[in-house]
Amino acid sequence: MDLVIPNIDVASLGPELILSIAAMFVLLVSVFLPKGRKDPAAYLSLLGIFFAFVSSIFLWGNPRYAFNNMILVDNFALFFNSIFLIAAGLSILMSVNYLKEEEMSHGEFYALILFATVGMMFMSAGSNLITIFLGLETMSISIYVLAGFFRRSNKSNESALKYLLLGAFSSAFLLYGIALMYGATGTTDLKGISEYLSNAAYLKDPMLLAGMGLLLVGFGFKIASVPFHMWTPDVYEGAPTSITAFMSVGVKAAAFAAFVRVFLYSLWDLQPDWNYVLWILAVLTMTLGNIVAIAQNNIKRMLAYSSIAHAGYIMVGMVASNELGTSSILFYMLAYAFMNLGAFGVIILYGRKGEENLDINDYSGMGFKYPALALLMSVFMFSLAGIPPTAGFVGKFYIFSAAIKSGYIWLAIIGVMNSLISVYYYLRITVMMYMKEPVKEFVGLKWSPSMAIALIIAVIGTLLIGIFPSPYLDLARQSIQLFM
Amino acid sequence: MNQLDFPILTLITFLPTLGVIFIMLMNKEETSTIRWTAFITTFINFLFSLPLFFYFNAGSAEMQFVEKASWIKEYGISYFVGIDGISLLLILLATFFAPICVVACWKDIKDKVKEFMICLLLLETGMIGVFVSLDLFLFYVFWEVMLIPMYLLIGVWGAPARRIYAAIKFFLFTMFGSLLMLVAILVLYFINHSVTGEYTFNLLKLYELSIPLNIQTWLFLAFFLAFAIKVPMFPFHTWLPDAHTEAPTVGSVLLAAVLLKTGTYGFLRFSMPLFPVASHDFIPLISILAIIGIIYGALVSMVQKDLKRLVAFSSVSHLGFVMLGLFALNIQGVQGGLIQMINHGLSTGALFLIVGMIYERRHTRMIADFGGLSRVMPVFATFFMIVTLSSIGLPGLNGFVGEFLILLGTFKSNVVYAVFAATGVIFAAVYMLWMFQRVMFGEITREENRNLKDLSVREIGVLVPILIFIFWIGLYPKTFLGKTEASVQHFLNEFNKKYETSIQKKDNVHAVNKSEELIVKK
Repeated sequence: MDLVIPNIDVASLGPELILSIAAMFVLLVSVFLPKGRKDPAAYLSLLGIFFAFVSSIFLWGNPRYAFNNMILVDNFALFFNSIFLIAAGLSILMSVNYLKEEEMSHGEFYALILFATVGMMFMSAGSNLITIFLGLETMSISIYVLAGFFRRSNKSNESALKYLLLGAFSSAFLLYGIALMYGATGTTDLKGISEYLSNAAYLKDPMLLAGMGLLLVGFGFKIASVPFHMWTPDVYEGAPTSITAFMSVGVKAAAFAAFVRVFLYSLWDLQPDWNYVLWILAVLTMTLGNIVAIAQNNIKRMLAYSSIAHAGYIMVGMVASNELGTSSILFYMLAYAFMNLGAFGVIILYGRKGEENLDINDYSGMGFKYPALALLMSVFMFSLAGIPPTAGFVGKFYIFSAAIKSGYIWLAIIGVMNSLISVYYYLRITVMMYMKEPVKEFVGLKWSPSMAIALIIAVIGTLLIGIFPSPYLDLARQSIQLFM
Repeated sequence: MNQLDFPILTLITFLPTLGVIFIMLMNKEETSTIRWTAFITTFINFLFSLPLFFYFNAGSAEMQFVEKASWIKEYGISYFVGIDGISLLLILLATFFAPICVVACWKDIKDKVKEFMICLLLLETGMIGVFVSLDLFLFYVFWEVMLIPMYLLIGVWGAPARRIYAAIKFFLFTMFGSLLMLVAILVLYFINHSVTGEYTFNLLKLYELSIPLNIQTWLFLAFFLAFAIKVPMFPFHTWLPDAHTEAPTVGSVLLAAVLLKTGTYGFLRFSMPLFPVASHDFIPLISILAIIGIIYGALVSMVQKDLKRLVAFSSVSHLGFVMLGLFALNIQGVQGGLIQMINHGLSTGALFLIVGMIYERRHTRMIADFGGLSRVMPVFATFFMIVTLSSIGLPGLNGFVGEFLILLGTFKSNVVYAVFAATGVIFAAVYMLWMFQRVMFGEITREENRNLKDLSVREIGVLVPILIFIFWIGLYPKTFLGKTEASVQHFLNEFNKKYETSIQKKDNVHAVNKSEELIVKK
């Protein structure tokens, strides 16, 4: 028997390797750090993220398969890599003081974030369903632990357990889908599947369609699309806030990366079959997310439902199934990363140990007490609501223009009407901050340099992408060659 | 064409934003520095806007003071600004009212002055931006940007009881219309691409597009909704009385004087030239809604107990006139509508200021709480009288010119409409004069009113500039009409030309279809 040793192309795994090494190093170093003073671990992780980012830049523009076609390092993967790195970096910056405040400063926290990021990178770069599944599991297991990281808090435990149970369930769906896909096409390679499906005779295979349906369920769970969204509010509410931020951006982006790659590339020939389903799911996801968000009084739950709604908007880009739609998904994810992480950053900064200030009423009168923080929050809220001149507006603009380009005018109308509904609950925060009298004493904010840096990056990102979207749009367009 | 070789429109649009940055850097305790900064910024901005008027070439209908720079190249979005006779006066109206508003709220706003001035200046940027944009994307950005400061003005500094309700209602109503307009803009954009192969949001290029009739109707309706809510036309007006009543004085002034005009301006700049056939088809509907607005607004005004609400409903009535004039689609009607936009800005703006002045003194706006004020406050009474008469449309004052031209134009296009609309003029006299009588004349019924102070120098200073223009337009409107005439004429010519070619096409298609039918029958 011939044993083919695959060509080991370490360079193409640069970002993943750097992050893995950094994570292990963080684990090692944090053993020697005194208890409760684990900041160096955070800075070390940031260094790792920085170098991973640099190595991603070096890989840009030179797509290549590696490890026997198990991964494909193309611009698409690298664009998503930068979103994951932004999410991880900002979450770590936001966590430094937060963890100290909660007396939960452990080096493992940062290492797990890095491992989760590695998993995400494998999901976006995976050119084989197996790689994608491995990435997904690496990411998910890290996140299960992170969600329950505040082990003395009941809510955090509940969050972790819920996520673990439902997550395991969805992984099983995904895996079963992969198995059926293999059964139907004889391969798990994305390119192989795509080639197999180019023969129209095979398209009606029930096993294939069932496999596709199960994959849809698996991805739908991770992106929190209706009707697989049930876990989102509880998990988001209970998890440490910086992890909620990380999940809402990183996990969602990773799941979308794999989702888009599998459906818009591998299963492209089945597009007529899945398009209707996605159309319906997109509408349901947007509408349910937005309507239920109105009724929330806990700001983390509200943002959880808002993140469901945003998954719906992004699915509109998938339904559009054109170049504009695919690039707008990437662009939207980038915009969403900045605005959503920023909003969670404000929430972290506004809370403190024992007094988390998560009720929306706690924001009453905050606007004139902490003008800078309130201004930041307003920018993030207006951006999430899609009001110019912010990144959120440009993102929605592209998504809906893609839908219209493909003739889905009703979908676009439903989309903009949803954005109208969302305006109501995002405005509610500004109403509280600026228009209500304070209901409680303000005892001052604990600004830390790392949090300040994180918020400044987030707000600059939100406004810069909103006012000068051109370069980012260009990057997004360069990232979708595979789908053209 | 840019006769100044200087980016003057950009300067005027963004100078207030520059002021915002300065004010942000100031200590919020130093209210008087903040007020002066805001005043100086807006006043200088007004001075900068004057060259627009003097260097404006009235003989030309093309866009002037044009600036163009690519913004988002891949999508054909550019920073494209320019003005013609239609937008010229509206820009001046905005820059004119901004310093007046800063002075008017000098004593009124004591709380959170810094934030108030920031909102006011941002609002000015938004308003001017809407009037100068010639790129649909840019226009939409400014259109939305305008919302946020106004929303905050109403919600933060409004009357305590219902300000939040009014602010949210204002925001959601406007947003509803504009989001549908956004979809329509995108559809237009892709239609243009499929016809010309070019991606562009350039308004002047989109003007040349001829859109299939059935799509035109839908697009028109989407734009119509956005603008009709903003104007506001009956039956989309319900946000207006709330917003006006709850807003702080200068909020109402800017809302009435400038913000509502973005709606009527939108019809003139976007809806009608882009969708001429649909506009033509909808003339009866829009005219009837306008007439209902005129009469309904007037009748509801009559029964109001609250001064501010009365003025708010009178706006519904006045803007009905503007809409009627615009959709008369002849030179008198459109010119009248255009000048009436300015007139309504001046007189209603002044009315809100006046109501604000007595509210500051008595902390009530109920008509029943007043009576006999003319004896206590003679100077005030004089100003109030002049503004009231201007709002009614007394010959010699500005309101007359606009209403006369509108009625003349409507008479030429449809006599029945004109007859009904004319009753609005009579009703206006009834509710305004009756209100004036109850507030100013008669015995002083309340002791609190006996010692009211007459207007201060600052307050006179606020009203006099407005009065100058009330008389100027009333006595010699040619200064202003002359600037708009060429553009309006051009607008009408283009409209008719496009309408006729589209109709001919339609007839041709019919003819072809008919001949085919005949052939088939044979």
